[in-house]
Amino acid sequence: MYSENFQKSLKAVEAAREQNVAMEPARMTAKQKEDLLAEFHPDYRQDQFEILQIGPNKGGKVPKELAATLQAHSRITADSVDLSAPDYDVDVLVIGGGGAGASAAIEAHEAGADVMIVTKLRIGDANTMMAEGGIQAADKPNDSPAIHFVDAFGGGHYAAKRELLAKLVCDAPEAIQWLSELGVEFDKYEDGTMVTTHGGGTSRKRMHAAKDYSGAEIMRTLRDEVYNRQIPVVDFTSAIELILDEEGKAAGAVLLNMETEELLVAKAKTVIIATGGAGRMHYQGFPTSNHYGATADGLVLGYRVGAKLLYAETLQYHPTGAAYPEQIFGALVTEKVRSLGAKLVNANGEVFMHPLETRDVSAASIIRECTARDNGVDTGNGKGVWLDTPMIEILGGEGTIMKRIPAMWRMFDKYGIDIRKEPILVFPTLHYQNGGLDITEDCMTTNVENLFVAGEAVGGIHGRNRLMGNSLLDIIVFGRSAGKNAAAKAKNTTVGTLTLDHIAKFEQEITDAGIETETVSPKLLPNYTKRADF
Amino acid sequence: MENMVNIFLFGKKYQVPGNLTIMSAMEYAGYQLVRGCGCRNGFCGACATIYRIKGQQELKACLACQTKVEEGMYIATLPFFPLVKQVYDIETVKTNEQVMMQLYPEIYACIGCNACTKACTQGLNVMQYIAYAQRGDFEKCAEESFDCVMCGVCSSRCPAGISHPQVAMLARRINGKYLAPDCGHLEDRVKEIKDGTFKELIEALMQKPVEEMKELYNNREIEK
Repeated sequence: MYSENFQKSLKAVEAAREQNVAMEPARMTAKQKEDLLAEFHPDYRQDQFEILQIGPNKGGKVPKELAATLQAHSRITADSVDLSAPDYDVDVLVIGGGGAGASAAIEAHEAGADVMIVTKLRIGDANTMMAEGGIQAADKPNDSPAIHFVDAFGGGHYAAKRELLAKLVCDAPEAIQWLSELGVEFDKYEDGTMVTTHGGGTSRKRMHAAKDYSGAEIMRTLRDEVYNRQIPVVDFTSAIELILDEEGKAAGAVLLNMETEELLVAKAKTVIIATGGAGRMHYQGFPTSNHYGATADGLVLGYRVGAKLLYAETLQYHPTGAAYPEQIFGALVTEKVRSLGAKLVNANGEVFMHPLETRDVSAASIIRECTARDNGVDTGNGKGVWLDTPMIEILGGEGTIMKRIPAMWRMFDKYGIDIRKEPILVFPTLHYQNGGLDITEDCMTTNVENLFVAGEAVGGIHGRNRLMGNSLLDIIVFGRSAGKNAAAKAKNTTVGTLTLDHIAKFEQEITDAGIETETVSPKLLPNYTKRADF
Repeated sequence: MENMVNIFLFGKKYQVPGNLTIMSAMEYAGYQLVRGCGCRNGFCGACATIYRIKGQQELKACLACQTKVEEGMYIATLPFFPLVKQVYDIETVKTNEQVMMQLYPEIYACIGCNACTKACTQGLNVMQYIAYAQRGDFEKCAEESFDCVMCGVCSSRCPAGISHPQVAMLARRINGKYLAPDCGHLEDRVKEIKDGTFKELIEALMQKPVEEMKELYNNREIEK
């Protein structure tokens, strides 16, 4: 139930609903999109970025908050730990317990490697768990990996590394098959045909889902498989520095017990960074849809040992974060709501855009509606626009919402809003780190040997913007690939003498560049004490 | 000043704004959370919490990130619960009720008290899905348990020592892998890719100048 303040606008939305359902809003032209992004997308706000003064991307620009954490002090000095007596000694060390880390560990284990997962919180405390909408794969007869490629390449502004994107789309059907065979319950028709829908920017219906718990269903299945294989999972333990050997190859990590603050040493023949995203950095003060630990740790770990970043200046603001009620401000309202037919409507009840433009264009369009055009709804905590969810029941028939997006219904029902009958208020929320560590096709970083990366910590797979459903896909495709390749590489690797010399070297660079900072990194967790404003 | 309420975190009294969730109220009170906080959006089950309102008999359970504070709320978090997770091989597992007798025989000791259902933070009919599991009706067990976030509150209330979320997890994997209908178009496409059907097409896209890619993208046909 919405209070009196919302009623006038709500009436306008209801009055126009029938007409709005029937209309097919025009898609924007390439030129219209370009102009819109330049004026309203947060990535284009120059004053929010900073030029890096040190490290492999010196001269490149990244969000201010990321610059501060990349050019920060280590949490330790080399003499804080004894590298001669490692607490763990494995073939493959996986840092991160989300979908990419779990997939990597399963494949490394399958390849016969001695593999271990270390994770800051619990296995499954990850953005994978929260991905609601689905996973793309071109597996229908009217579709092909080539069409998938064109959709993603254009949606990412022609900036994706093509060899990575080709791998993503060509390995997609097999990724779905792999998950199915592990027992993931995809939505299917009675004859086994996958239920697929559109996502923003797709030209074919290739979004596979497990209701709106797609990521959760994938993550809990992968986690169960990790446990079945009895792969060691060291939880509540964060990697805070990589360890190299004397030849500069990745050879392990220094670990921090998040509860006791004990430092531990893990030695490994190969290391996989699967630490995920950065929503909890709250770039430009945006709320986020990300899990509690999304603080760009992997980027910091990699950067400090010299691994290059690619497109770290591009972030994805999901167009539809919850704008109301305040308790769920910034929480994800899955794109699937729009895939199922709900349109975006402004305060006057007008449909102001096609609901399935790409995410960056949709986010910029909502921001324009709430700022320059002043057609936003005042939420008491900023502005928002309506996402007219009752349209779904009109289009798909009564019961569609409970069948296809039960988590969304549950999320709003807790606050007395029945999305089957009432629309919801949305505004963009910080959702995804498009950029990350630069890798080659085998998932190894371009310039640090034996350091592999998978998942959201990778840059370049999607270019400068990502389509819905391509990140659940990339964590599986690149997670599996990193696991296999890291296991194979470990077979031919002999680790030399371990060293943490890079810490002092980086510290010297900070001093030489005249950077004055008291920040230490990686950040590990955000601090919300005494300020519950995010 | 906003509307403040009194809550009791592990018995200690704090005054917090009444519009906060239990999780943000704990942070407001000064807790830097490590345990008991995961996705903050109701999907991961990290923040299982039990509470009782002063003067009321009923013990309630919830997710701290999804529940507003109330006046007189006595709160204890349950960031970990020792569920039993049996190890099995998904490739060779039995797909009828025998698997439950083997791995989770305690489900047959269910006394029907329904405490699990009453405690579920997701409002699921937990006792019902355990009944389906007992009978080997894994499709129904999977459907009924689908929204489970594995927080473990159900198991904390169970006199028979059942680990309900793990029973449901096994049922869902068996259903997904063995009982759901096979997908023909998926198998076909995987084979086509292995046979190199799209190799030339993809290689052509790898070489195409950006201007031509733009042309392709801007004029592509979009399925209705």
